[in-house]
Amino acid sequence: MAVIQVERKPLSFAERTYIPQIIGGLKTTFKHLLKPPVTLQYPEQRPEISKNYRGVPTLVKDPNGREKCVSCQLCEFVCPPKAIRITPGEIPEDSPNAHVERAPQAFDIDMLRCIYCGLCQEVCPEEAIWLQNQFSLSGYTRAEMVNHKDKLYELGGTLPDAHFKWDKKKAAEEHGNEH
Amino acid sequence: MIQPAKPDLVTVNIDGKEIAVPKGTNVIEAARLVNVDVPHYCYHPKLAVVGNCRMCLIEMGMPAVDPATKAPVMDPATGKQKINWIPRPQIGCGTTVSPGLHVKTTSPMVKDAREGVMEFLLINHPLDCPICDQAGECKLQEQATGYGRGYSRFIEQKNVKPKRTQLGPRVTLDDERCVLCSRCIRFSKDIAKEDVLGFVDRGSYSTLTCHPDRKLDHNYSLNTVDICPVGALTSTDFRFKMRVWFLKQTNSICTESSVGVNSVVWSREGVIYRITPRRNDEVNDTWMPDSGRILYKQVQSAERLKAVESLEALVAKAASIFKTSAGAISVVGSGRSSVEEQFLTKKLAAALGAQAHLVKRAGEGDKLLISADRNPNVRGALVTGLISQLPCAELKQLSGEIDSGKVKTVVAINEDLLAAGLTAAQLAKISVVYLGTHANATSLAAKVVLPTLTVFEKAGTFVNQQFRIQKFAQAVPGLTGAHNDLTVLSALTAAAGGAALPSEVGTLWPVIATETPALATMLYKNIPETGLLLDATPWAGLSFVEGETLHFKPAAPVAATV
Repeated sequence: MAVIQVERKPLSFAERTYIPQIIGGLKTTFKHLLKPPVTLQYPEQRPEISKNYRGVPTLVKDPNGREKCVSCQLCEFVCPPKAIRITPGEIPEDSPNAHVERAPQAFDIDMLRCIYCGLCQEVCPEEAIWLQNQFSLSGYTRAEMVNHKDKLYELGGTLPDAHFKWDKKKAAEEHGNEH
Repeated sequence: MIQPAKPDLVTVNIDGKEIAVPKGTNVIEAARLVNVDVPHYCYHPKLAVVGNCRMCLIEMGMPAVDPATKAPVMDPATGKQKINWIPRPQIGCGTTVSPGLHVKTTSPMVKDAREGVMEFLLINHPLDCPICDQAGECKLQEQATGYGRGYSRFIEQKNVKPKRTQLGPRVTLDDERCVLCSRCIRFSKDIAKEDVLGFVDRGSYSTLTCHPDRKLDHNYSLNTVDICPVGALTSTDFRFKMRVWFLKQTNSICTESSVGVNSVVWSREGVIYRITPRRNDEVNDTWMPDSGRILYKQVQSAERLKAVESLEALVAKAASIFKTSAGAISVVGSGRSSVEEQFLTKKLAAALGAQAHLVKRAGEGDKLLISADRNPNVRGALVTGLISQLPCAELKQLSGEIDSGKVKTVVAINEDLLAAGLTAAQLAKISVVYLGTHANATSLAAKVVLPTLTVFEKAGTFVNQQFRIQKFAQAVPGLTGAHNDLTVLSALTAAAGGAALPSEVGTLWPVIATETPALATMLYKNIPETGLLLDATPWAGLSFVEGETLHFKPAAPVAATV
């Protein structure tokens, strides 16, 4: 390739003093000095999390306090890093939720394995597992990083339910057939 | 071109594919042969055809002939014989093939019919797949996906039916899921001969019920769970234990009796969750007794024997016992050991100069899939030459020899000598080397205990009552602290001064084949999954205890059971 020699332009006097450049830089500095800060004093101040953020997966209860998970194990199946481990169980006959029949005996999510992909939330037929807004998670041991059922419900809390399909089911059962 | 069919074959045309099938085959089975799936619920190859689910609707037609001259009517457009298609769909299960039958399974009429049937079935189905145990192996799920409309037009209230009904000790019924195929009813009536199930009410209120005064408690009740195409009948034992899509399937053989029921062991991560039958038209069709399905519980039993010492140390201990009582040793083999283990037992007995005995385990046969001989592999012991006569009750010869002081040491292989007929006093007189899986009176009294594996933790073969050699594979890893029977037996044989023998099924088989006339030219890997019949003529003179069972008729007069 041909080499083209470019002649360097000589600097003017003002440029040689650097003063215009310094003034230009300081102008930007002083402009931002008067604006509100964009940084946060983390961890005292926490950022606002967007609604579709995929944070730590959690289990939720419906507004009546019924645990929504029925331990169908689809999330365990779909989980790419195999972070979820469920021991299915049966709801006892004397429970008010006996008509739901199934609930997890144990539900463990290994947060050292979780990749926050959200497939568990997507696959859940009961809308029981949600990736909510918790994003900072730490622990001293590996065992501490496994979220058990109690911790998952504590993190998840209650989510509004638009369907109440199990309540409708129970009502239909009590109502019976019209014949 | 249509090949000239053999006399007992009928040539049919399914979706444009010509195939010759045996006379009497129905369209579903004929279509299966050309890999065409005809969806169905009520049809089962081993049950009577009732045709009440209407899912297998197909379009069919016959080649046209002139009514007067019987001459074929040709279609000028194609130059072939014209086909007179029946204007309405027909059921595939109830239609037996006839020469020249033409079948369409993909036409718009068939598609419409299937969508209609699926829609009607789903109207009152609760759609509770997340809590249903059948999910993953449910015909309704599969066929709704494959042939359904894909959306529901039903906005009315669904029917309410009884849920969580205990039909018997092992079967739970959810009536809302039932598609009224009546397979379970036909099975109970025709196969199990216990007519306890039936439908009550009419129309969409039809409900599967058990006879009010009876229970579905016969020993074949769990087969109704297997054949239920939906999740209406579920196994109480397996209920909510694990999803089927996590389970690994391993082909196995049931050890309950000498029928040798073919089975599948379903396990996940080394834990067995259930056992189901495997189809073998020569042995058990598609059935299995309930009592054989709970045998997996022995694997996780608290009674399992575990060794603290190494195998070498235990074998050395046994060897020192062998040395001190040389010439006064007897071996009690087991009809529950595999052919390979019995072969090594024979080798061990030869190395010790001992006589081999076998424990008789007779019960009552149920004329279906449990035979009178509760040892799964007595014929294996005959084939390998471990014994030459059928085992006699209560180890009479051995107990006499112990009393006379002729036998001072007994090597017991997975047999409780006390239960087999020896007395505690006799047991105290002798030194016992025990190979076994579970703790019992003999293992407690034994000088040396060598823990071994259950049938689910090892591979091998059994020879059933038909002299059919059938293989089983390892389903789960062996318990820590227990050793494969073959490893233990070959180590003991070497310690007793015998030749070193391979301790793995694959490498042992060439040795077995060369030394066993009935098994010559066979290899473990060459045995088909449905088993291989052996020549039984050398043992034709023996009077076996088995009576008649499914697919088996005793050849010789039946000896009285003891």
